[in-house]
Amino acid sequence: MQNFSWLLKMAWRDSRKNRSRLFLFMSSIILGIGALVAINSFGDNLTEQINSEAKELLGADLEITSRYPIPDSLRQFLSELNVEQSEELSFASMVYFPNSGGTRLVNIRAVEGDYPFYGQIETTPNQAAETFYTNNNAIVDKSLMLQFNAKTGDSVKVGELTFPISGEVNKTPGQSAITTTVAPPVFIPLSQLESTGLLQTGSRINYKLYVKFPEGVNYTDFFKEKLEPRLEKEELRYDDVEERKEELGDAYSDLTGFLNLTAFIALLLGCMGVASSVQVYVKEKVQSVAILRCLGASASQGVWIYLIQIFFMGLIGSLMGAGLGTIIQYYLPQLFQDFLPFEIDLSISGFAVLQGIAIGVITSVLFALFPLIQIRKISPLKVLRASFEPAQKDRMKYVVLLLVVLFIFGFSFSQLRDWQNAIIFTIGLIVSALILFGVGKLIIWLVRRYFPTGSSFVVRQGLANLYRPNNQTLILVITIGIGTALITTLLLSQDLLLNKVKLSSKKNQPNMVLFDIQGHQVSEIIKMTEEDKLPVIQEVPIVTMRLASLKGRPVDQIKKDTTTDIRNWVLNREYRVTYRDKLIDSETLIEGEYQGKVQSEDSIFISLENGLAEDMKVELGYPITFNVQGAMIKTYVGSIRKIDWQRVQTNFLVLFPEGVLEEAPKFHVLLTRYENVNQSADYQQKVVKRFPNISIIDLDLILKTLDEVLGKISFIIQFMAFFSITTGIIVLIGSVSISKFQRIQEAVLLRTIGASKKQIIRINLMEYFFLGSIASLTGIFIALLATWALAYFTFETAFIPNFAGALIAYLAITALTVLIGLMNSRSVVNKPPLEILRKEV
Amino acid sequence: MSSILLVNHVSKTYQSGSKSLTVLNDINFEITPGSSVAIVGPSGSGKTTLLGLCAGLDGASTGNIILTGQSLEKLSEDERAAIRNEHVGFIFQSFNLLPTLTALENVMVPLELLGKKHVKSQALELLEKVGLGDRIHHYPAQLSGGEQQRVSIARAFANKPKILFADEPTGNLDEETGAVIENLIFNLNKESGTTLVMVTHDGELAQRTNRILKLKGGKLVDDSQENEISSSL
Repeated sequence: MQNFSWLLKMAWRDSRKNRSRLFLFMSSIILGIGALVAINSFGDNLTEQINSEAKELLGADLEITSRYPIPDSLRQFLSELNVEQSEELSFASMVYFPNSGGTRLVNIRAVEGDYPFYGQIETTPNQAAETFYTNNNAIVDKSLMLQFNAKTGDSVKVGELTFPISGEVNKTPGQSAITTTVAPPVFIPLSQLESTGLLQTGSRINYKLYVKFPEGVNYTDFFKEKLEPRLEKEELRYDDVEERKEELGDAYSDLTGFLNLTAFIALLLGCMGVASSVQVYVKEKVQSVAILRCLGASASQGVWIYLIQIFFMGLIGSLMGAGLGTIIQYYLPQLFQDFLPFEIDLSISGFAVLQGIAIGVITSVLFALFPLIQIRKISPLKVLRASFEPAQKDRMKYVVLLLVVLFIFGFSFSQLRDWQNAIIFTIGLIVSALILFGVGKLIIWLVRRYFPTGSSFVVRQGLANLYRPNNQTLILVITIGIGTALITTLLLSQDLLLNKVKLSSKKNQPNMVLFDIQGHQVSEIIKMTEEDKLPVIQEVPIVTMRLASLKGRPVDQIKKDTTTDIRNWVLNREYRVTYRDKLIDSETLIEGEYQGKVQSEDSIFISLENGLAEDMKVELGYPITFNVQGAMIKTYVGSIRKIDWQRVQTNFLVLFPEGVLEEAPKFHVLLTRYENVNQSADYQQKVVKRFPNISIIDLDLILKTLDEVLGKISFIIQFMAFFSITTGIIVLIGSVSISKFQRIQEAVLLRTIGASKKQIIRINLMEYFFLGSIASLTGIFIALLATWALAYFTFETAFIPNFAGALIAYLAITALTVLIGLMNSRSVVNKPPLEILRKEV
Repeated sequence: MSSILLVNHVSKTYQSGSKSLTVLNDINFEITPGSSVAIVGPSGSGKTTLLGLCAGLDGASTGNIILTGQSLEKLSEDERAAIRNEHVGFIFQSFNLLPTLTALENVMVPLELLGKKHVKSQALELLEKVGLGDRIHHYPAQLSGGEQQRVSIARAFANKPKILFADEPTGNLDEETGAVIENLIFNLNKESGTTLVMVTHDGELAQRTNRILKLKGGKLVDDSQENEISSSL
């Protein structure tokens, strides 16, 4: 292969004077590859860890869950099989810290001594996890202790009982910090639960039974043959180790898949930078290629020389990216610590490194092919005259474009494992790039069309640079624009979510919900509320029930029917239902007529929420039977309502008329509104002291929790967007350096004919100001569109754009662009023209 | 003796928008191996275009060119490149050296393209001949105009071409250097028996060739075969 060795030699020779520039092209892919390798390697480590620690994550061999007490017959059956069991009852309830007087809604977990069979509850002090059962103490979530300034040895009141706190909980099997942020756990011994008085009719309790198989049994056989049929028969939900592995694996591969796509965007931006730089590079190489063609080199030899250069630079860039990725990987556990239910042991994944390098090389070569294939069309005649020749149509360009699109689709498919989503991602990316490309083109056209001929010399020159030959306007608008769009969308949608909750605190809207109120407590709690000068906005009875049959078919039968299009959630969920004689202002009737009072026992007309009716596949008049804690009640769909969910208040998927459920076991919910945090705290304290079983959610708590969770999520997204923005900056530096020689020539000419240094700096400043402005404004425009779409389609809330945030993004990104542009062109203005000309030539 | 270059009713027309511009119009001539020919004429008369067509750098609009026995009109660009590599040498007014290659490497390229081995010694020998034995590792930017043209001459003779095309070889050089380069070209040409086709404005330089083809307005207006006769006498 003499020919190839010559091509290698020529590529090496030709690169000698261009290596620093080639490296600059390739530096724009380093971050993208770095992010890909880091996330993939981290993902591989996660999978390994999940596989090796699945039992510890579950805390048992099997976890059985139910909304009703686990039947004694099942416990008896398990005992006969020599299976170890440990029961847990958990529910939401208020706790009261006497020392600080603080109250908060928490997740009470009443457990038996053997839990967990595998792994451990990590506490400070260590032994607290073992001793709290026997000493009848409580152990309390670390963040909760911190929030109420509680220490080991203090006490916490749960229901009617006050427990000494014997330690703080750092980690529980299978729980991540983010789940404890939403519902911080307080562990108490199961034996003490009865005495707390919290087990009342209508309370929402989760029953769990942790199971450890006898020593020496074949895990799969034992489970599949002995346990599973019985659990199916009892209609209990269960998770075994394999299932938990799968669930966790799926959840985290969804997460790493999403992050990988963000990294991929950074890589693609970098590749666009590569393509743009190579475009300029190829333009400079036209003469050399023409000489080679003249000396007898073939068209393909010309392409190969530069393709080899790009290949090796892509390889070096990817290797450096992979190196960076392995370093970043060690930072990722800190980034994700709140989302992981375990400590992660890190090692470098060889597969992730190789995959990253391969992707880096393929993408850089693919994108560079766009400008490189033009080399084939360079005529040897160029050596004789550098005349202008119109660009010839090249079908190969479309082949390369197709390859690029296929590669993007292939990659996104490998991450999302869903061809529809992969198509949406690919199209979304293409559309975004097209919008940016279109806006860039439009602005260039507008500047030319409406050129401000009357403006100052500096403004005219700065503006004209946007469309002069070899300008980098389009590529910078695309790269900086996409980066800006990512960051701004993130900021705006975060605001959107917080605003959505804040909106609900509008005047006269409830901002506090009291639930689990027992029937006999209703009048007293209303009195207490009014005494505190708080309004009772709503007091609603709630009855829990399950679906027994739909359109005459029992639910069990529908579940077994694989052809049914009825959604699973409507069959399995527990319905919390109320009854009243009329609709309230958050409800709009869209079909039928609401009958507020029942006419006769055999004609109960209920009202369904429109989404539920759709998922149930029912229409007006269809029969539905509910199991109301043992009693079967046959109803008919009498009306369908639309509900405005945007408020802190009780809304119901199913609404009964008065006269049916009054005697059923139920609890009540009360909605009120406080004006300030102190009023809220005083009221909550009084309620919890008097009625420990009543739970309270207030807007302040929701906002704080949401803010905290969003803060943690957005930090990760910001971290990923950092790669895109930084890549945009590198592309900017690359583009500025590439166009430097041209700028020098212009600057020298301008200076020769009398322009001052100051004027040249101002021209550059103008140009980068316009570039930065166009790019960031276009990015912000896309972000506004994306946030509007999120608001409208996903969050279903009004979109109130945060113009202050958008303005900050615009100013910051434009300033950064100007700064980099000016720093790079410093050498152009600070040295004598002749010196620069000699040096550059 | 059969011709090394046959130009048969060759015309070249460029399309510029809706207008067409005829640069060469029905050119006919034949060149025998070993001879030297000058193409002269005023600016814009089509000299360089004719040279480009003869060397197979571009295709004629009508007519045919036969170079070293092969009809160029039937060949693809890559096939023409192969002929150039094997049989043709070039010297340009603006030297056209590859800026990223040293003098030695520039001379080695045509030989390497031919797939020859041990090309370094041949290239060194040629550079010695043109008097640049001590400048072989210099890049074009580090050489003077005259030195660059010498490298270009060494490169042109590297593949032992049957025909050498020179486009204003002394056009960018001062008189003294130009004379040195002139002598070098003619001496090497004589030594290797190569056919020389040269475009020039320089009347004295043209007079040193066997034959002068005069172009005006894209037409061949004079073919001074006498020059060939007087020179051979």
